[in-house]
Amino acid sequence: MATTTATQLDLREIASNVVALAMKQGATAAECVMRDGTEFSTVVRLGEVETLKESGARALGVRVFFGKRAASTLTSDLSQQGIEQMVRSACDLAKLTSEDPYAGIPDAAQLGQISTDLDLYYNDVYSLSNADRIDYARRAEKAAISADPRIKNSEGGSFDAAIGRKVLANSHGFIGEYQRSYVSVSAVPIAQDENGNMQRDYWYSVSRTMTKLDPPEEVGRIAAERTLRRLGARKVKTQRVPLIFDRQTARALLDHIADSVNGDAIYRHASFLSDKLGHQVAGKNITVIDDGTMVGGYGSSPFDSEGVPTRRTTVIEKGELKNYLLNSYTARKLNLQTTGNASRALAGTPGISNGNFYLEPGTRTPDQMIADVKQGLYVTEFLGFGVNLVTGDFSRGASGLWIENGELTYPVEEITVAGNLKDMLNNISEIGSDLEWRSSVACPTIRIDGMTIAGE
Amino acid sequence: MSLSLDKQFFFKKYGLNASDLEHYLSAALSAGGEYADLYFEYVTTTSLSLDESMIKSAAQGISAGCGVRVVTGERTGYAYTDDLAPERILHAARTAALIASGPAKTPIVDLKENRAHDLYPVAASDAELTAKVELLNRADKSARAYDSRVTEVRASYADELRRILVIGSDGSFAEDVQPLSRFNVAVIARKEDGASSRGSAGGGGRHRFDVFLTEKTPEHFAEEAARQAIIQLDARACPAGEMEVVLGPGWPGILLHEAIGHGLEADFNRKKTSAFSELLGKRVASDKCTVVDNGTMPGRRGSLNVDDEGNPTNNTVLIEKGILKGYLSDKLSSKLMGLPNTGNGRRESYEHIPMPRMTNTYMLAGDDSPEDIIRSVKHGLYAVNFGGGQVDITNGKFVFAASEAYLIEDGKVTAPVKNATLIGNGPDVLTRVSMVGNDLQLDEGVGTCGKDGQSVPVGVGIPTLKVDRLTVGGTGSAD
Repeated sequence: MATTTATQLDLREIASNVVALAMKQGATAAECVMRDGTEFSTVVRLGEVETLKESGARALGVRVFFGKRAASTLTSDLSQQGIEQMVRSACDLAKLTSEDPYAGIPDAAQLGQISTDLDLYYNDVYSLSNADRIDYARRAEKAAISADPRIKNSEGGSFDAAIGRKVLANSHGFIGEYQRSYVSVSAVPIAQDENGNMQRDYWYSVSRTMTKLDPPEEVGRIAAERTLRRLGARKVKTQRVPLIFDRQTARALLDHIADSVNGDAIYRHASFLSDKLGHQVAGKNITVIDDGTMVGGYGSSPFDSEGVPTRRTTVIEKGELKNYLLNSYTARKLNLQTTGNASRALAGTPGISNGNFYLEPGTRTPDQMIADVKQGLYVTEFLGFGVNLVTGDFSRGASGLWIENGELTYPVEEITVAGNLKDMLNNISEIGSDLEWRSSVACPTIRIDGMTIAGE
Repeated sequence: MSLSLDKQFFFKKYGLNASDLEHYLSAALSAGGEYADLYFEYVTTTSLSLDESMIKSAAQGISAGCGVRVVTGERTGYAYTDDLAPERILHAARTAALIASGPAKTPIVDLKENRAHDLYPVAASDAELTAKVELLNRADKSARAYDSRVTEVRASYADELRRILVIGSDGSFAEDVQPLSRFNVAVIARKEDGASSRGSAGGGGRHRFDVFLTEKTPEHFAEEAARQAIIQLDARACPAGEMEVVLGPGWPGILLHEAIGHGLEADFNRKKTSAFSELLGKRVASDKCTVVDNGTMPGRRGSLNVDDEGNPTNNTVLIEKGILKGYLSDKLSSKLMGLPNTGNGRRESYEHIPMPRMTNTYMLAGDDSPEDIIRSVKHGLYAVNFGGGQVDITNGKFVFAASEAYLIEDGKVTAPVKNATLIGNGPDVLTRVSMVGNDLQLDEGVGTCGKDGQSVPVGVGIPTLKVDRLTVGGTGSAD
């Protein structure tokens, strides 16, 4: 048998050995990252179990530097032979790459990790028996289906749990690891109107611990509400009206802003926010924060993928662009300091990802914001990917609910909403008070004026 | 077992033997499942990238694993391991087995190798790494030489060699070695006034490396990316509203993929969650439209000798002269629906459950000349390049975003426009196709399709075609 299991071996020890092995082969710096994870998922459809999946996997990657040349390799073969082959290949590959004066791992002084407990791991996500897990999924679906006779079909209810561990070691002697847990329950009901037209929507609850997961009945009920309100949707005329983006779609907009302040896009001039540090890029009411240190946050970790402690970074303050999100490479390129936002796959050059990225909330409720609109659209879903970060041009498919005299009326679909992110940042005329964390990016309900709806 | 498996890759590499397989399948059926299969996968990857005229990244990887599936009725149990030691595979088999509850079944051990096509050369890595690096340097030079306004050039090359072995408890057996490569160039152009734009082009497939030296050269992709970016520098705001739309040949075939392809995947239709459910035999397109999904085209990105359930792929007619003829199926849906298995059961990797997926989806050529099609439009949009698209298969609404589009005014292609997103309704968009060109093209090998969190390589294609009315989402006035 060519493989040996590494189950008994300490992952930290393996990672340190990989770094040592690379240095022994002449590397001037090296970095090893390991991932070890398990997952469980089940889908129940129309009351019957449809899928049950349970498994785990682990793999590791190494990045080596020979002076200013870098290369990386990964393997899922954790045998000594597999590891040696991986390190050797990385060292060989490094002969192929160019000397990049900015290449390298962070300075030793930049490394470290947050010592406080970020509250990211609960083993209770695996506390349920398979029967109980299936029951969670079944209850979510049942609550959705029994909510209304027009809900006649379903893509199912589901229950998912996962645990992931990450280990990072580098040749400055950094070694760190953390574990994160995740659990979710969801429902995807399908409703049908009297003409036979179908609509589908979903809802879910996600948490790092079972104790904070919403009851499946609640998830199913909201999923049903969201689906039913889409029945009878129609197109509207092409026009310009105020748009109110609910938390889901507002979050998608803020995602584009996170991508636009990503250091990789900045130094390549691939973002409309390149060269804009210190400029007023948004209205005075806009403050955007990235915080990788929030307790329990979906974007939290004690250190980033280069071993730099995560931190709180003000990205936009009262409309002024204060900071980009950077790793050590883009920081050197831009003559700035890393913000501890390095991310990486097992192989390849580190990228950048946000921590917990959010727009600071305002004071008004979504209902009050809607009540102010004479004619407009409450946008509840985007479809498609029509965003150009180089120019800021934005045009995506959308659906939602029409607002007439301050009230939500009929559902709308098969339209697009378009504008430019530069203008949109300046035209956020209202910000809701309803910030809620369901992923690593969160945005309250917002109102944007001046965008174009394309329809009939 | 009657078949000699000793020569096979997985048996040599991992020291497995035929009785091991029987043992694993028996464990998978130990709780009474109706069908079980083992999917062994071993993938090697290479990727290289250039940025700022430097080779900044070189990466290689090896990943291997085995997925065990157990099916009973409409239920699927699944477990996998990235450790191919016998006790780990057995553990996965016993975990997947739990989906069923009943007396143990015995797998058929008289293995029969499935018929397979021979659509691609065995090795993708048939060139030195230095030759691959040279492609990137050539692309960089070519894009920068195209126009002095090109300021940033990124190029990447990636290839993989995927070995799979699928063994079913019904005695089916298939092995395949699947090469796949892709080259991509992305550029940013900037004018003196600071206005910027982007362009990108790429391609590849399941072919030998030397195709990048003869046909799909780095200069070809670099010039195309640069051309798009330069044109976009002067693009004006796209009009908003309903209008006539002409789609150029090739990659705009993403229309078919989004508007109808997903809606015809059998799993959605078995569950009646697709806007196309119950439409078999009915008119869903104008009589000028015949659409196929063809996994048997030599060398194409979406092609496969066998699908990820071990069945040979097919050329499946989806729409014939406007009438819906068939769905794309896998083992589970063909059995439950009593339909032929079209060989479209695909999965991203051993960690994933197979499901019906597209391969190369395209519309057959018609009789109209592209020039006549343009000439017939008084006021409309000519869209020739696209980014991504998305569909809600339940209500049929689809969206795709044009990265290169022009106005058509009085039968002539005029100003470039930016930011055009097209939105429509899958079951009726093709009924408004009034002209179909004689210039069918497939894309150059760039498509990746996502469904339920699984990505697989696909191809698309159309001839030039005219849709009489489609909503165009821009910011400009429609008049």
